[in-house]
Amino acid sequence: MSRFSQIAVWTALAIVGAFSTATIALHRGEQINALWLVVAASCVFALGYRFYGKFVAARVLALDARRATPAERLENGRDFVPTNKWVVFGHHFAAIAGPGPLIGPVLAAQFGYLPGTLWILAGAVFGGCIQDFVILAFSLRRDGKSMTEMAKDEIGPLGGVVAYAAVISIIIILLGATALIVVNALKSSPWGAFTIAMTMPIALLMGIYLRRIRPGKVLETSVLGFVLVMLSIWGGQWISHSAKLAQIFTLTAPTLAILIILYGFAASALPVWLLLAPRDYLSTFVKLGTIALLALGIVAIHPVLHMPSWTRFTDGTGPVIAGRVFPFAFFTIACGAISGFHSLIASGTTPKLIARENQARMVGYGAMLAEAMVAIMATIAACVLQPGIYFAINSPAGVVGQAPETAAAAISQWGFPVTAPQMHALAQAVGEQTLYNRTGGAPAFAVGMAHIFASSLGGPTVLAIWYHFAIMFEALFILSILDAGTRVGRFMLQEALGHLWKPLGHTSAYPSVLATSALIVGAWGYFLWQAVRDPLGGINSLWPLFGIANQLLAVVAFCVATTILIKKHQTRYIPITLGPLVWLVAVNFTAAYDKIFDPNPRIGFLAQARQLAASGAEARLVFNFRLDAVMTALLVLMVTLILFESTREWVSVLTGRKQAAVKEAPFVMTRFALEEQG
Amino acid sequence: MTIGIMLRAWLGQIMSLCLATLREIFDESAYARFLTRRKANSSPKAYAAFLREQSETRSGHHRCC
Repeated sequence: MSRFSQIAVWTALAIVGAFSTATIALHRGEQINALWLVVAASCVFALGYRFYGKFVAARVLALDARRATPAERLENGRDFVPTNKWVVFGHHFAAIAGPGPLIGPVLAAQFGYLPGTLWILAGAVFGGCIQDFVILAFSLRRDGKSMTEMAKDEIGPLGGVVAYAAVISIIIILLGATALIVVNALKSSPWGAFTIAMTMPIALLMGIYLRRIRPGKVLETSVLGFVLVMLSIWGGQWISHSAKLAQIFTLTAPTLAILIILYGFAASALPVWLLLAPRDYLSTFVKLGTIALLALGIVAIHPVLHMPSWTRFTDGTGPVIAGRVFPFAFFTIACGAISGFHSLIASGTTPKLIARENQARMVGYGAMLAEAMVAIMATIAACVLQPGIYFAINSPAGVVGQAPETAAAAISQWGFPVTAPQMHALAQAVGEQTLYNRTGGAPAFAVGMAHIFASSLGGPTVLAIWYHFAIMFEALFILSILDAGTRVGRFMLQEALGHLWKPLGHTSAYPSVLATSALIVGAWGYFLWQAVRDPLGGINSLWPLFGIANQLLAVVAFCVATTILIKKHQTRYIPITLGPLVWLVAVNFTAAYDKIFDPNPRIGFLAQARQLAASGAEARLVFNFRLDAVMTALLVLMVTLILFESTREWVSVLTGRKQAAVKEAPFVMTRFALEEQG
Repeated sequence: MTIGIMLRAWLGQIMSLCLATLREIFDESAYARFLTRRKANSSPKAYAAFLREQSETRSGHHRCC
């Protein structure tokens, strides 16, 4: 393409992007088509990748295609393997895309479609993508070292210890929050509970098939598992219509919580091949397929968004997540815009697979853009619902009341009309007994997704099948994170305890496995249990805690990145990492302060504890909210320590008191460049 | 070369790339590399050894939220 054509194409894209973004930002009163969001996001992301990403790659990181990557220098056919860039992209995307970009935007939709959408666009381009990209690039230059190792090397030993502790805390909170989403999606739902229960024997069967009958044929086994899961969805309908069987699978939230805790322990302690690996394969298979299907569905039916651009709940009185639009919308959507957890993946498997250094932009920056696109799709899925229905599903009983008529009246009073018969008809159409008080985001997303799928494939008669497909997809997704997260947490704990007493560090010694599994499962299980017993639905407490924890990890990642830039004498470019760092500190420290000290009991943990104590509630409930406050304070304290250590390092280097020594691997010419030269 | 042949070749490339990506995501490529490294044929015993090796490295494999 000639230079003139290139300029013309990018100028046209910029104009279309600006027009679409202005349309979604300035539209008031009338409903808007979802395609405006898709077009705006596509243009903004393309421009961000082409210009900002390229600028960072060329000027800031100075990526060099002639420099051999760890995959090439340390190639061992096991962890370090030079791999095709598209394959690495797919692998990285499959690892970073979890339920977060689907759930966060659904919860944030209570503020309207605009705050979440603008945050996803700006947050991804200037924050999330930059974090993933720079951490990946710096790990590439350090033999694929992990983020915690880089924190130790570049900031100091305290940085490493705090990063380590922050990661374990985040894993625990993350697992508690995501387990709660499954509980809320499956409670009183015999169809959903049966389908998910069936995925356990299916995973076991897949494990045995893979190990004994067709060793290594994972794709074939995953297809087989998928067919069986689809059959179990179909069977679930039959179960829900049988009075006797439906009763067996109609489970309360506490029962589901206990079952999930037991499952988490079993998955962590059982051999990987038996349950964890096959379930992971199955959920990845379903995840990739469903995301592709949802994208096609949105483009094919381009639905109208019924949610207004802004709702009255930007003032902090929202029923889903209590708190003002700033800072609450900005950490409620973590994974779709910026997720600290990605820094662990960008410094984990991915840098060990990249064949050429200049491919880091496509993998690090590009895969995050793809994840942000998933978040835009989730926003659309939530906003295609009538707002009254959205709030009826997502509002806890503690806010709108238990009885259908009371809840419908309360929601209609907010200006979002909904009636009890309308909700009853919807629940019947999706094969559920009720859709009230189904907090957590997953059921609302499932209804929106079922609406989109049913409009393009099968019509209203298959709405129930699509709804349960969506629930199965989310629950399967989340349970595989529970498996893997518990295991990763267990390994990290064993590694840490091994420093205190060596036998505890033996990862395959059974007493150590059982003890550390119990500790990790007990920790996230405790958060799950307290959320299940929370009259406000739990998600109001746990999701903010997770969002804050996740983004505070991003603060750690940006501290590492800024420190490296300063040490590399790239000080003039530090706004690229320092800008998102300052923003995240502002958002998350404000949020943490609000969550601890706000006098409104729906927002502040301490205020809620005081209110419960005054009303004579159980002492344990009061303790739970105090514990949440302490946990939030601890996270902030840990990150403050890292910020302090980093700033000390920056000042020492900038004032010349300390020599700026980065710990990069030495330059080695890649054989690929030599091969290209012939 | 006709447009049809070019299109077929292009689609073929895309399909093989998608398959390679899926094989990498689903560890089939890792198993193939394992067999090459060990100079072994696929068997339940070889796959068990591969899974043992994988379970050690899987400890550090994070899956995001």
